Amino acid sequence: MATAIAFVALVSLNAYVLLAGADFGGGVWDLLATGPRRAEQRALIAEAIGPIWEANHVWLILVVVLLFTCFPAVYSGLAIALHIPLTLMLIGIVLRGSAFAFRSYGSNEDAPQRRWGRVFAIASLLTPVLLGVCIGAIASGRVGEVLEQLNGGGAREPFVSMYVSPWLSPFTIAVGALALCVFAFLAATYLTVEAQEAELREDFRRRALAAAIAVFVTALLALVLARWHAPRMSAGLIASSWAPALHVLTGVAAILAIAALWIRKWRVARVAVAAQVTFIVWGWAAAQAPYLVPPTLSISNAAAPSRTLVLFLIALALGAIVLLPSITYLFRLFKSSRVHEPGAGRTK
Amino acid sequence: MGDVLAARSQMAVSLGFHILFAVVGIAMPVLMIIAEARWRRTGDAMYLELAKRWAKGTAILFAVGAVSGTVLSFELGLLWPGFMRFAGAIIGMPFSLEGFAFFAEAIFLGVYLYGWQRISPRAHIVAGSLVAVSGAASALFVVIANAWMNTPAGFRLRNGAPVDVDPIAAMLTPAAFPEVLHMLLAAYAATGFAVAGIHAFMLLRDNRNAFHRRALGVALLVGVPAAIVQPISGDVSARYVAHWQPPKLAAMEGQFRTQSGAPLRIGGIPDVDAQRTRWAIEIPNGLSLLAFHDPHALVRGLDAVPRRDWPPVPVVHVAFQIMVGLGTYLALLGLWVAIDAGRRRDLAANRWLLRAVAIASPMGFVCIEAGWTVTEVGRQPWVIYGVMRTADSVTPMPGLIVPFLVISALYCFLGVVVVWLLYDLVMRSPITREGDGAMAPVAA
Ligand code: HDD
Ligand code: HEM
Ligand code: HEM
Repeated sequence: MATAIAFVALVSLNAYVLLAGADFGGGVWDLLATGPRRAEQRALIAEAIGPIWEANHVWLILVVVLLFTCFPAVYSGLAIALHIPLTLMLIGIVLRGSAFAFRSYGSNEDAPQRRWGRVFAIASLLTPVLLGVCIGAIASGRVGEVLEQLNGGGAREPFVSMYVSPWLSPFTIAVGALALCVFAFLAATYLTVEAQEAELREDFRRRALAAAIAVFVTALLALVLARWHAPRMSAGLIASSWAPALHVLTGVAAILAIAALWIRKWRVARVAVAAQVTFIVWGWAAAQAPYLVPPTLSISNAAAPSRTLVLFLIALALGAIVLLPSITYLFRLFKSSRVHEPGAGRTK
Repeated sequence: MGDVLAARSQMAVSLGFHILFAVVGIAMPVLMIIAEARWRRTGDAMYLELAKRWAKGTAILFAVGAVSGTVLSFELGLLWPGFMRFAGAIIGMPFSLEGFAFFAEAIFLGVYLYGWQRISPRAHIVAGSLVAVSGAASALFVVIANAWMNTPAGFRLRNGAPVDVDPIAAMLTPAAFPEVLHMLLAAYAATGFAVAGIHAFMLLRDNRNAFHRRALGVALLVGVPAAIVQPISGDVSARYVAHWQPPKLAAMEGQFRTQSGAPLRIGGIPDVDAQRTRWAIEIPNGLSLLAFHDPHALVRGLDAVPRRDWPPVPVVHVAFQIMVGLGTYLALLGLWVAIDAGRRRDLAANRWLLRAVAIASPMGFVCIEAGWTVTEVGRQPWVIYGVMRTADSVTPMPGLIVPFLVISALYCFLGVVVVWLLYDLVMRSPITREGDGAMAPVAA
């Protein structure tokens, strides 16, 4: 049962990466908007994100409440060891969300619009990096080691080796960069589907292809660095029975995504890139299963009492019955029939 | 500043900030759907304009509410890992349900804000109503979690760890009903009067403005009933506190000595060292009467518990006086409005009434901050009343003053921006006069 819930957590995290990740990626392209259609690019991004980012954002909250309800030790442990990057990430989340809202609903004048656009874009850049850093730190096993020390109650190490160096290493930074590139890749690919004009599409096609290369490079870098900085992770990637299969699938999806972008099959590319990212997330999970925070907290030793887990699953099932159709409705409303009313989204 | 104090201050700033936006997120959808429904019924385009403008302001506030709430859901762990480790499995349930409510709220808010042209009028109103319902549901669940901290239940202690965890029993604690009721009413009263106050202020400057007249009517419709019943609900809350958390009641009232037939103190400053409350107006037997509905009931004072279990008495007492004082003003003002409206008078024509409403604008929000100060500071030194001390739940990481200052600075900045944006929005409102044929709003 705890395993089932861990799966739910992974699925939610996956959904957050696919949906909110693309919203962050949109911010990156807002920052990097160039060329003659700069304004159109930004408008398309704003229109694509506007109605859905708050809902996409809730996936993260779901992961958080799930962790603290069903795996309280994991939640409190991560909060202790990753206090600094999590706080920085929160600042990024706050600035991204509020700057976006200020820009969309605030005054129409140019100067504040541009200023908030800049804040929105920079926050969109930093937040994914920090998310990646946190995941990298967990995967590397350093967080787990800190928790063991804390539980052991032995002599306290200096501040830096407890609260900084576990998450600040070349490996975690590479994972952060990977997260950023993945989000940018997702966003650019989705935007090729959303764009109405051919030229705008081409803009995002070029960006998607560039991001694909960046994903490849950063992924390779992370894998190489893992040998030194995350040996457990590295071993897991090879030893676990699932991991190699997931690797192959990731590669296949990546090639498919690039090929589809190349021959301008936008919808195929969208599916392929989503699949690729999904396989990356699951590959990471497979490499550290059954641990949530290797090498200390596993699915079984961190789980809440079974009564709580049962109730949580019941609530989850009821919630899903109500919410999944609602989410489908939201996306159908804003993501399919864009044709007849371009630009009618904003309540200006 | 020590680490525990820094953590408490950061929690207080984050919660005090979030609650302002959360309250707006609970009540504004109600105002918007009333305006929209009136537009559908009367065809008066001014009401549509009103709904759209309110929606614009609400969208800004809502986004800040969502991100500041996200900060909180992490901060519970970042600052109080000991608390969450203990309580997660017990009160995770209401938080999870709250998570689902957020989902519903965010989804239908997207539909509502961006769907004006895309969906049928009926579907649009339904989406707005779902936002209102899920906003109230979020408040319900999160306050249930807070009620558990005041009256913990649904587990047994063995060697300092919880066993026999029963999350359902943890949701149905004695504090849950009074707190939830009082909080929801507070949201409607505070938001209703805040909005009414802004429009009343604009009417004082431009009395025939049709836009502000309609806005005033809708806002008072939501704020007045809630403000009138709020003291009754407050009495229910006070009686549960009297029964379950005597030291908190004693701190609220500045009651140092245990005594029967205790007086009700209005105002005054508790002097903790001298163990008495100075300069208060005392109404004999008043406290016993209010708290236990018996003029001779025994009220346990602070002397009934060891000094180390006292909450910071002056803070709690003063905050309570502020809430009750302003709450009484709002309730009386509500009665005045209700009587005038009952006699079918033109509310906007009464300049004294407009003035009284205009100055009430911030009061509900002040009450909310004060009320939460009573609840949370009054619970100290416990984070889980009688079970876990706040100081035992704080994170081991030193240097907590830094995140406290960073978060405070961030929120100050956001607060200023939000106020400025809303000011801008209000100042650009349409200036159509009552009786003008044309309904075209002169708006940006
Ligand atoms: C518009 C806002 C508002 C108004 C007008 C009032 N209150 Fe209040 N009060 C709140 C908003 C609030 C609150 C912020 O929402 C609190 C904090 C926790 C809670 O459940 O509600 C609260 C808490 C609170 C508590 C503490 C409950 C606890 O510790 O759990 C008591 C005893 C009262 N109130 C009593 C009153 C009385 C006797 C009022 C008479 C006028 C009153 N309140 C008006
Ligand atoms: C009594 C106190 C609280 C009330 C009444 C309340 C109510 C609300 C409401 C109505 C919203 C919807 C967003 C909005 O309206 O702006 C919201 C957002 C949120 N709140 Fe609170 N809240 C309270 C305290 C807390 C606490 C203590 C937490 C921490 C666990 C929290 C976590 C959140 C989160 C994560 C969101 C964002 C949801 C989203 O993305 O839409 N809230 N809250
Ligand atoms: C949104 C309205 C709320 C406000 C304005 C508020 C205010 C405060 C304040 C002022 C403190 C610091 C008390 C002190 O240290 O003296 C505090 C602490 C705390 N509050 Fe609240 N609170 C609210 C709602 C909640 C809710 C709904 C929860 C949880 C379910 C919660 C959980 C906590 C925790 C865990 C602490 C830290 C431990 C402690 O100091 O006892 N609060 N809050």
